[in-house]
Amino acid sequence: MSTRLASGGRLIDRSAAREFSFNGKRLTGYAGDTLASALLANGQTLMGRSFKYHRPRGVVASGAEEPNALMGIGKDGTFEPNQRATTTELFNGLEAESQNHWPSLDFDVGVVNNSLAKFFPAGFYYKTFMFPRPAWKHVFEPIVRQSAGLGKAPKDRDADRYEHFYAFVDVMIAGGGIAGLQAALTAGATGARVLLVEQTAHWGGRAPVDGVEIDGKPADEWINDALQALEGMENVSVRSRTMASGVYDHGYVLAYERLTDHAPEMDGPRHRLWRIRARQVITATGAIERPLSFAGNDIPGVMLASAVRDYVVNWGVSVGDRTVVVTNNDDAYRTALALHGAGLSVPAIVDARATVTGDLPEQARAAGIRVLSGAGIAMVKGKKSVTGVSICTQAGEGASTDEIACEAVAMSGGWSPVVHLWSHCGGKLIWDEDQAHFRPDPSRAPTGHDGKPFVIAGGAAFGELSSAATLASANHAAATAAEALGLSAPAGDTPATNDPAETAMEPVWIMPQGAGHAKRMKMWLDYQNDVKVSDVQLAAREGYESVEHTKRYTTLGMATDQGKLSNINGLATLAGALNDAIPNVGTTTFRPPYTPISLGSIAGEARGEVFQPLRRTPMQDWHEDRGAYLEPVGHWRRPYCYPAAGESHEQAVHREVLATRNSLGLLDASTLGKILVKGPDAGQFMDMLYTNMMSSLKPGRCRYGLMCNENGFLMDDGVVARIDEETFLVHTTSGGAEHVHGHMEDWLQCEWWDWKVHTVNLTEQFAQVAVVGPNSRKVLEKLGSDIDLSKEALPFMAWTEGKIGGFDARVFRISFSGELSFEIAVPASQGRAFWDSLHDAGGEFDATPYGTEALHIMRAEKGFIMIGDETDGTVIPQDLGLTWAISKKKEDYLGKRAQARSHMTDPTRWKLVGLETVDGSVLPDGAYAVAGGTNANGQGNVQGRVTSTYHSPTLGRGIAMGLVLNGPDRMGEVIEFNKVDGGTVAAKIVDPVFFDPEGEKQNV
Amino acid sequence: MSEVSALMGAVAEGRTRVEEGGLVGMITLRGDLDSARVKAAVKDATGLDVPGQRQVVTGDDASVAWMSPDELLIVVAHDQAPGTVAAMAQALADEFATVANVSDARALFRVSGPSAREAVAKLAPVDLHPASFGAGEMRRTRLAQVPAAIWLSGDDELSLICFRSVAKYVFGILELSAADGAEVGIF
Repeated sequence: MSTRLASGGRLIDRSAAREFSFNGKRLTGYAGDTLASALLANGQTLMGRSFKYHRPRGVVASGAEEPNALMGIGKDGTFEPNQRATTTELFNGLEAESQNHWPSLDFDVGVVNNSLAKFFPAGFYYKTFMFPRPAWKHVFEPIVRQSAGLGKAPKDRDADRYEHFYAFVDVMIAGGGIAGLQAALTAGATGARVLLVEQTAHWGGRAPVDGVEIDGKPADEWINDALQALEGMENVSVRSRTMASGVYDHGYVLAYERLTDHAPEMDGPRHRLWRIRARQVITATGAIERPLSFAGNDIPGVMLASAVRDYVVNWGVSVGDRTVVVTNNDDAYRTALALHGAGLSVPAIVDARATVTGDLPEQARAAGIRVLSGAGIAMVKGKKSVTGVSICTQAGEGASTDEIACEAVAMSGGWSPVVHLWSHCGGKLIWDEDQAHFRPDPSRAPTGHDGKPFVIAGGAAFGELSSAATLASANHAAATAAEALGLSAPAGDTPATNDPAETAMEPVWIMPQGAGHAKRMKMWLDYQNDVKVSDVQLAAREGYESVEHTKRYTTLGMATDQGKLSNINGLATLAGALNDAIPNVGTTTFRPPYTPISLGSIAGEARGEVFQPLRRTPMQDWHEDRGAYLEPVGHWRRPYCYPAAGESHEQAVHREVLATRNSLGLLDASTLGKILVKGPDAGQFMDMLYTNMMSSLKPGRCRYGLMCNENGFLMDDGVVARIDEETFLVHTTSGGAEHVHGHMEDWLQCEWWDWKVHTVNLTEQFAQVAVVGPNSRKVLEKLGSDIDLSKEALPFMAWTEGKIGGFDARVFRISFSGELSFEIAVPASQGRAFWDSLHDAGGEFDATPYGTEALHIMRAEKGFIMIGDETDGTVIPQDLGLTWAISKKKEDYLGKRAQARSHMTDPTRWKLVGLETVDGSVLPDGAYAVAGGTNANGQGNVQGRVTSTYHSPTLGRGIAMGLVLNGPDRMGEVIEFNKVDGGTVAAKIVDPVFFDPEGEKQNV
Repeated sequence: MSEVSALMGAVAEGRTRVEEGGLVGMITLRGDLDSARVKAAVKDATGLDVPGQRQVVTGDDASVAWMSPDELLIVVAHDQAPGTVAAMAQALADEFATVANVSDARALFRVSGPSAREAVAKLAPVDLHPASFGAGEMRRTRLAQVPAAIWLSGDDELSLICFRSVAKYVFGILELSAADGAEVGIF
């Protein structure tokens, strides 16, 4: 059992106890503990269950690479699944629960999968798709869905806030070990702007644990001095608890800062995502120790040798009284010595190498520790915890030569540089035979916009595993970065270290090398996804030769840890099975983020009220105060209707239509796009933009126009007012203003760059009100105006400007309702006051604000099309009977050639008609006109569809518009439209103008 | 008749202060910025020279900001804008140039305090480090999801403009970014 030692632990503060709970059990740790070290200190070695077989699992590592000890942390609005206990700092009140177990961590019925493991081999999941076919849907999928997944998805809204931060630096250094610190010192001395980030709360990485001395000082002291020196540099910033998560094109780097995870009581955002532009990136991300593949290497108590050492040195935690160390290299002897130094027992060091020399093994021997050379572990004994190991010769098949009782096994298969950040943006790797790992190849570095390298690996991340070489490499990385930036690095000496002489490691991919199938089925490669040596070998036998295919077939490296421990062991196993060299097999692709980052940090500030920018007109407060029901129109929220107390939306809409037709309606039309088009060539430009002739429009007059894209499809419509000889004001649809403005600039900048035309988007400069109805002129005259608003002075489709009620007004005699109508634009700052005074003055006329639905009904009664209803990106003006708005005289306009294509001129294209149900009901929106029979796919044939459909309160019946085959030639014919609930409804084809076809009401 | 800005001078107090700046006159001028007539029109209207790329020049009661290779933003008092537009349009009548009053199409914000730069750097992908962004610099950029322009209007004060319709959104994100306890501490 694991426990807290009486003394030691360089990171914990024994005077500051921290209360926390695990699966509801109250436990105590110390400030400075991680959740993992605190659980171990409390004797809790069992920390989770594996994904597939629900095997009992304990913590394996002490850092970001941990695959097993995943927890749900927090509760309700702060609950987060799949958090690594090894990177979760302990705080008072922390609540953790283990995952993937039922009914309890100790007793899990899913472990039955374990006994059935031979029926769940590699690719089991894919095989279930294949045979027998119905079994997937009815048998496997329900079972797989039930048992899959580790953490639970949070059910509550995230209670925290997140943010982004944009930083621009010359040199970004990822990793705050001694390499990162040394690189920052050297880079900082050049005057470059440097940002150094470290994912943990502590600086210096492994050096203090490994007993490194630098410049004659203990590592801790050197680290503190280095930090102080860096903090004294104006041009250097250092951030702990900040992980560089990804490197992208053009020196873009994401870093993930965890601000309050360790102290939830603090103010401010929980996470901050740094979006960094770095001219040079130095990856000083260290290395990760590899497990060894021996039978039973997943039993709780089997851990990485470096992790066992970390728990003793950093947190004063013993993982067991007796620890057997198993290794293929000298570094693991440091663990044996650390345990020995802490007064714990190391019954044996099992070294796979035939001969073991070197300083560290000699120290171990001198300390009286038994060293077994040429040996391996045949099998770990125990179920939920280690009880012992049986020893064998590494060269053999696993016959037990000895059995040693122990509570823990510290394993080391060598070290793999953390090459993730190097690889994200295309950095290539080379296989280092001596150290049996992939390391960055500086001759094939990630390159920037100039084709030159912008990422440099330094320290252990570059494959330099001794502290002396690490520091030299870091210095070199910083000097290389400085050179790339055109700065001269002062020739700083590399600090001296006390490294012992280490002898070569020896690659061991299977222990013992001749292990049979039964043993290989118990050798775990990927702990989290339960992938074993036998699975990878099976994949190879089944023909999966590519490492990427094997990965997906076996799920090796596909868990939340993304194969940090399993990657190299897995591909070495695959290489062995394929009888190929490891570099020929290659690695899978390293993709960001390095470890999972919160979705909240990605969203940043974009949640709640500021999830997206909602656009507000100058009258928006009035609408909201009035209880308007709002609907989205682009990013605007326009009143759909203004329901009075006790009124349904439908009733409100009908009241608004009738009030407008009978007296006076007021519409906030501020959202309409208003684009100024000005210049000597403006007329020519307008003629190209619109299907009809705009250059002939007289100043002071308005004209309705259609705008098509180059494929001929109707894109936008609206009224154009000619301001003067060189100036037009283009009105667009509410949702189309930005797009139309972009469309104009696109053509002006890319195609007609020599035309003298400017555009200015004035949409928001003006508040615009449609004053509509038989009393509209009266209310304006009542407000008082220096404009003659009479029919003679300001006829239909004319505009003018002047003062109305003291407001600076531009008045357009245009109508989208068929009523006498004035659309009046005032500066936005005057909009609210103008709107208020219209309501005040309109009281005697029952002035009624109306919303978009009343607008829609009134335009449909008049047969006016609506972009987005009658059009859907496949409709051309000719389909809508708008040939009157297409100039025959013009040589060209955008869309003209496209509209001459054979399909566009096909007489069988569906055409716009009005539709009147025989029974007066409202046609379902989008209903199809049935044509009888079925097509080749067995679907019913159709001959048209409904594009707009409403109940017309004016006419007291349902009215609709639709596109119908040969529609305009079939006036009076009755056709059937399908209904949502089955059955059909009969409708007569009529003219689309239902109301006041002569336009008598608007022309007064 | 009352004229009001989008948020009527809303303020969020804190170590970093966010304030809607009320009504300001803003004029878009599009034309050839190298043209002698354009330069003269700007000088006559504001007393200021045409600024260089990404620059803003500020006088006693006007500013001129570079917006694009053929566009300037001229900032004057709100009630001066119509007159200035008319005068410049007159001066440039024979020139291929466009002058438009955009005062009410915009909202102005001021963010002030020792951490003002950092608050804005949470929203705008701009290098706001004091070594890179000093007085006289102008950036057209975005604040989170909306277009904006930023310049330094005091030692510890940034001015920002955005479209009027999104003023409430911009105030919301500035208030969050400037909240006490959310300081980054890097500049």
